[in-house]
Amino acid sequence: MSEKIPIGEKVLMKGNEAIGEAAVQACCDCYYGYPITPQNELTAYMSRRMIEEGRVFIQTESEIAAINMCYGSAAVGARSMTSSSSPGISLKQEGISYMASAQLPVFYVNVNRGGPGLGNISPAQSDYYQTTRGGGHGDYRVIAFAPSDVQELYDLTMLGFDLADKYRNPAMIQADGILGQMMEPLVLHEYKRPPDLPSKQPWRLGDPSTTDPLLVTSLVLNVTGMEERNLELQKKYDTITENETRFEEVGLDGADVVMVAYGTASRIAKSAMEVARAKGIKVGLFRPITIWPFPSARLNGLADRFDNFLVVEMSLGQMWEDVRLAVEGKAPVHVHGRTAGGIPQQADIVADLRKVLDAKPGEIVKNF
Amino acid sequence: MERVFTKPVAMKEPRTLYCPGCGHGVAHRLVAELIDEFGLRERAIGIAPVGCSVFADLYWNFDVISTAHGRAPAAATGMTRANPDCFVVSYQGDGDLAAIGTAEIIHAANRGENFVTVFVNNAIYGMTGGQMAPTTLVGQKSTTCQLGRDPAIMGHPIRVCELLQTLGGVAYIARGALESPKTIMKTKSYLRKAFEYALDRRGFTLVEMLSPCPTNWGMTPPQAMTWLRENMLDYYPLGVVRDVGAEEKAQKPVAA
Repeated sequence: MSEKIPIGEKVLMKGNEAIGEAAVQACCDCYYGYPITPQNELTAYMSRRMIEEGRVFIQTESEIAAINMCYGSAAVGARSMTSSSSPGISLKQEGISYMASAQLPVFYVNVNRGGPGLGNISPAQSDYYQTTRGGGHGDYRVIAFAPSDVQELYDLTMLGFDLADKYRNPAMIQADGILGQMMEPLVLHEYKRPPDLPSKQPWRLGDPSTTDPLLVTSLVLNVTGMEERNLELQKKYDTITENETRFEEVGLDGADVVMVAYGTASRIAKSAMEVARAKGIKVGLFRPITIWPFPSARLNGLADRFDNFLVVEMSLGQMWEDVRLAVEGKAPVHVHGRTAGGIPQQADIVADLRKVLDAKPGEIVKNF
Repeated sequence: MERVFTKPVAMKEPRTLYCPGCGHGVAHRLVAELIDEFGLRERAIGIAPVGCSVFADLYWNFDVISTAHGRAPAAATGMTRANPDCFVVSYQGDGDLAAIGTAEIIHAANRGENFVTVFVNNAIYGMTGGQMAPTTLVGQKSTTCQLGRDPAIMGHPIRVCELLQTLGGVAYIARGALESPKTIMKTKSYLRKAFEYALDRRGFTLVEMLSPCPTNWGMTPPQAMTWLRENMLDYYPLGVVRDVGAEEKAQKPVAA
């Protein structure tokens, strides 16, 4: 542990750097990154801290090389990490799919920017589909955290490494340019390795203590074998869904409308909630902390108790789909979405809350 | 009775899925013989690339990882950096190394990564059915240059050793051929040198092996050997292309 890092104390840090320090504290062995805005502070931070700690840092030739270096490092049992932003994450998807299939742990961060294409460098949540549906080819999922402040970026990074190792599966953070770039106070908790993390010794390559040759591969050419591997993965995803779904509920009691929002959008929704309440609108907030696994079961239960849902997101209806799937038609699900640097505005959300309450039966409020 | 020839311990029971006359079996065996010779089996990791050698684990009796097409040098970097005690043999064909993986091989060489690369050049894509490779010779026919490779349309065959040898991280680069016992033994001596350098962490090492692909060349195995000899050796000259050890020796002043 570096003497310069005031562990246990409250400090002011940029989001991207908080992720970096959490990774260093969580015993990340190898970081591989390629420059892209708005996550550059993370790669820059790691270039100093990882080398200070005598660990592996490589500024790679491409995002593709970075994820494949993670693949190699994970295969020999190391904690590996990469980070990027939307177009760069798209480039990594083949490698992430390989790691999901080969059941190799990796932790990565997507500080979303505006898309599609080169888009822009403004904050967005428009990689939601990519994040929550696996992202690359094949039937797989990645554990996806959606922090909403710098403290959570720090805490969930540590948890991300642990869950990746626990389930031998990619885990990631879906952030946005605002979270990555802003400074906030946070407490630099000390990392505590969970005692129940399974040993990597039985499967890691190049270890002289295992004398029988081991194979790490994502390829199973015979049809039944590959389907079996997929079914094994699905079982694991069911376990993850059961054990690792995380969410927060704020002021739901007596609410006429439940807003559903994550990350930066949830902070705006929270402040809109206060304004709306002052105007007599009874509104609460449901905040997914994991967007995969998505807290569908909990939302389904809430739909028995609440009459209206309003999804607030920095994408155009991507999470809206998941909430509608979760609610199963028990209550109307409305949506307020902005994208590519368009940020939901407090006043607009409050106006839409009013529209939700005034909506006729069967009418859906949708701002785009 | 003394047994004078046997399979290497680093080779599994002899049984091959490769076509008759294919060079991969010989290349695999050279790797395995040297793994035995250097006593590396327990900490060795072989890379099974995308292509016919994707099932290298059926032959090598040590740990194997299969990597994405072209990304073997990146995965090898990740393994050797994370655990420098591993001994990694990165094995790539011409499409894998010189087309889709060009960036990865150049940057691994430039960083001087300490693993051994075996580059099997048979001037064609094997597993996908004989398409034009970056190393396909001018005039050579393939399923995607059915009229013969025309450099005006398809570019020129890439000489990988010569391309990489200028880079700062390179310790050793040589080109051998798998076309006769003599060239096979010479190729093994190149590979031995690469193993030594990698173990001494001197930097990037690569041995190219010109290799026959009778099936996709549309020839019998003997015809393929002849074709390799008569066509590939002129364009891809055999020998040591770069050896930093030899360069250092040559630079030392002669004692008076």
